[in-house]
Amino acid sequence: MKSAVVVFPGSNRERDMVAAIEKITGHRPATVWHGDHDLPKVDLIVVPGGFSYGDYLRSGAIAAREPIMAAIAREAERGVTVLGVCNGFQILCEAGLLPGVLMRNAGLKFICKEVELRVETTDSRFTRGYAKGQVIRSPVAHGDGNYRTDDETLKRLQDEDRIAFRYVDNPNGSVDDIAGILSGKRNILGMMPHPENLIEPLNGGTDGRPLFEAALSAVA
Amino acid sequence: MKARVTVTLKNGVLDPQGKAIEGALGALGFAGIGSVRQGKVFDIEVEGTDAAKAKAELEAMAARLLANTVIENYRVEIVD
Repeated sequence: MKSAVVVFPGSNRERDMVAAIEKITGHRPATVWHGDHDLPKVDLIVVPGGFSYGDYLRSGAIAAREPIMAAIAREAERGVTVLGVCNGFQILCEAGLLPGVLMRNAGLKFICKEVELRVETTDSRFTRGYAKGQVIRSPVAHGDGNYRTDDETLKRLQDEDRIAFRYVDNPNGSVDDIAGILSGKRNILGMMPHPENLIEPLNGGTDGRPLFEAALSAVA
Repeated sequence: MKARVTVTLKNGVLDPQGKAIEGALGALGFAGIGSVRQGKVFDIEVEGTDAAKAKAELEAMAARLLANTVIENYRVEIVD
């Protein structure tokens, strides 16, 4: 199982992501620079958190138009697993790989705390290691986590069972308490919380581990 | 040629920043504010003299980068 973590100017969670994946697989993922036009052949591509391009214009907007994103879109189309966390989720939305947009938190404050998430579907290569309805803990750290989409898209996400996680106690105003969503082909997951920060007991818990174990064992 | 692209939130899209500004204006004693919506203005210098061509280019820029059309509308004007 090979993986790659994409790095943009202003990414800052790529080391946590690399450490989490290495901890679980024993293999260090490749890190790929944003200006590259091609990805190594991998089974999992991760777009990590941070503040790519200082969140200028809109969070993720500039990163989403970088050369590497065309390569990610190509690989995703082939069915390769793609995970976007926090700024990575914002980038995938801005790139049109996931629907909707992440806007300023309804309370306008940057939120950095641990929240509870409910696993809403186990029908994905990311969430099959959890039980449906299971409540897990995960840290969040974002200013723009307020997920928004039009009513028609929201209904499609609901009807197609594409809402992967909901907040138990919505911290940011996201529509329908959405914390993470799947693409139509269910091979792309975008989520605001940071499962890579709950991998071993020293982190204070291991609730993020089943997500990576499932995603990293799935053969695309 | 000078151009201006104005990006505004679509109707119905929640604007927490606009709300906060609205509250702050009220606190400063400005009465009679119905609502405030925050947007963005881009002043762009364009080379060449063909206004129609420039406008088409600017429309493409707005659609591809300056605005997120999921939540925002844009307006392109050639200023002079």
